[in-house]
Amino acid sequence: MTQAAVSPPPAIAATRTALVDMRNINVAFGGVHAVRNVSIDLYPGEVVGLVGGNGAGKSTLTKVLSGAQVADSGEILVDGQKATITNPRDAKVYGIECIYQTLALADNLDAPANLFLGRELTTRIGNLDDDRMEDAARKVMGRLNPNFQRFTTPVKSLSGGQRQAVAIARAVYFNAKILIMDEPTAALGPAETAQVRNLVRQLKADGIGIFLISHDIHDVYDLADRVSVMYHGQIVDTVNKHEVSTDDILGMIILGKKPGEVTQKEMEALELRG
Amino acid sequence: MTTVAGTAPGESAPSVGGRIGALIRSTEVDLRQFGMVVALVVIWIGLGIANPRILDPVNFITFSVQASGIAVLATGMVLVIVSRNIDLSVGAVVGFIGMFYAEFMAHYLPETIGFPLNHPLVWVIALAVGVLIGIAIGAYQGFLIAYVGIPSFVVTLSGLFLFRGLIWQLSGGTTVAPNDPTFNLIGGGPQGSLGGIWAWALGVVLSIAAVALLLNARRTRRKYGFPLRPVWAEALIAVVSVVVILAGVYVANSYHWPPGLATQYAQAHGISEANGPLQIESGIPIPLLIVIGVTIFMTFISTRRRFGRDIYAYGGNPVAAELAGINTRWTILKTFVLMGILCAISAAIASARLNGGTLDLGTGYELYVIAAAVIGGTTFEGGIGSIPGAILGALVMQSIQYGLSFLGFNSPQINMVLAVVLIVVVGLDAWNRRRAR
Repeated sequence: MTQAAVSPPPAIAATRTALVDMRNINVAFGGVHAVRNVSIDLYPGEVVGLVGGNGAGKSTLTKVLSGAQVADSGEILVDGQKATITNPRDAKVYGIECIYQTLALADNLDAPANLFLGRELTTRIGNLDDDRMEDAARKVMGRLNPNFQRFTTPVKSLSGGQRQAVAIARAVYFNAKILIMDEPTAALGPAETAQVRNLVRQLKADGIGIFLISHDIHDVYDLADRVSVMYHGQIVDTVNKHEVSTDDILGMIILGKKPGEVTQKEMEALELRG
Repeated sequence: MTTVAGTAPGESAPSVGGRIGALIRSTEVDLRQFGMVVALVVIWIGLGIANPRILDPVNFITFSVQASGIAVLATGMVLVIVSRNIDLSVGAVVGFIGMFYAEFMAHYLPETIGFPLNHPLVWVIALAVGVLIGIAIGAYQGFLIAYVGIPSFVVTLSGLFLFRGLIWQLSGGTTVAPNDPTFNLIGGGPQGSLGGIWAWALGVVLSIAAVALLLNARRTRRKYGFPLRPVWAEALIAVVSVVVILAGVYVANSYHWPPGLATQYAQAHGISEANGPLQIESGIPIPLLIVIGVTIFMTFISTRRRFGRDIYAYGGNPVAAELAGINTRWTILKTFVLMGILCAISAAIASARLNGGTLDLGTGYELYVIAAAVIGGTTFEGGIGSIPGAILGALVMQSIQYGLSFLGFNSPQINMVLAVVLIVVVGLDAWNRRRAR
């Protein structure tokens, strides 16, 4: 793990084009301003942790990127070009894949059908090529979970980890450039969590940019290069991981203030709570 | 003990009763559908014991023609229910399009347009316009459901009222007749059947197709190195398929034209009946051919095409389907358009059998069709249901109905029996699912 210390500081990113640059994004539901003037960016091979309390706007913000939610205002640049994303199909064209917390699997279908949901492989005359899809599914699942063999049973009957693997395989198979992982380890046991962490490192090494949403500060601290903290729909701050402690991040999540702005009194209140 | 999923082929489970288990596993047969076939056989054996005369081939033919209108609709209802909707309007739409056919052929074509009576194209034109009307009705209801967001229960309940009302508007409250004679062949009858040699030819073609499909599936699985079914299981499936197809043709062909009709035919074609009366094999009635065609087409659509996959994905998890980039609204609209087309086909069968349009045509169809789909394993939670299952469901229900009425029960009594069957079948399903969890 010394490798992490040697990797170039994210400051170098300034000289490159951002993979994703979301600028001044606003989303309101009725009177609730779920995302307020948020700007965030992501570089190739970088993991940006997105943290915040419940209702802070993390999920809504990433839904804007994955096409599941249309922003009221603001713009998205992918590779420096202005991108128009109004539905999930648009996002996929830009190489943006999302692993949802709910996994978004059709429980009644088998693993290959879920893997190719919405972009099935077909024969020349447009029939579903289930054999080719199963073959591809066996290959990609073989990398993620070599013991997995249940390719023809509905995913409903799979274990939590297996279902997670199917959801991840779906994002990985289509050569995502930008990956959004919403609570990827929330439903997993320790061994499976370790597997997902390894996968994140591997994808990072392949040059994929990852937005990692997690409640688990340690998960984020372990994997992320930068951390963006959201509070009541706004970004409190985006910090380089090495410049802050997990306590600093926790303070930002709970108080919605940058580490330097926290008063002594608030700090004490926080410690009492912790 | 039975959780042996993923064992290598060839490994047999040595437990007691494992032989049947191994048979079911190796052939990968759908247990539920297998159970329904068994139920069907048991029903007919029971009916045969109660009154052996019911096993006469003519009854199978009459029965199959009676069941065909429901069976055609049930294939579409499966997809509607799988996508978490319902269609209560099918009976009224069948009645409306049936009345349209009669009105179109009896009055509009000859009187308004002056199209020659008995022109060979009449049935084609009528059917084509009927299908267009079905598409329009399906698009109208599908639009309200998918794009406006009104629940399908409400939209199609409104459709039930609307089209029942329009039947009266269209006909002026009377029965309309007659249809074009060629059109009436759609309803079956001795002339409206694929007789003798052609029935055998169809049987052979279907058998070859079934075996070819099995071989092809095995070849591609081998190409990709997937686990294969044991050869004996594969052979067993092939043999059973071929036997069932050919036995069906044999039964259909063992019914002969009524003597009077055969004599007429003999005289008209200058055939001598000196060596005894002419025997013409009736063969497969056209409505049954339509059911076979529709079943194959709908199975193909639902399992081999994107449209079908989208419907099942939506039924299993609407949010996931949306996030996967599936155009879910368009998919829902299309299922209702498909339902409208099937209504036009079913209406043609019903109207052709009656040689006209009656005010109550199709009344209660929606309930029988929904029952057939549900007995066939379609669940209201969405995502589960199959076309062959619905056909089996329609057969089970219509067998009970036809059989009990043959035995002299009246229709209120039969309805009560169907009530029990519906609850028992769906109750068994629910129990089975809970146990599997």
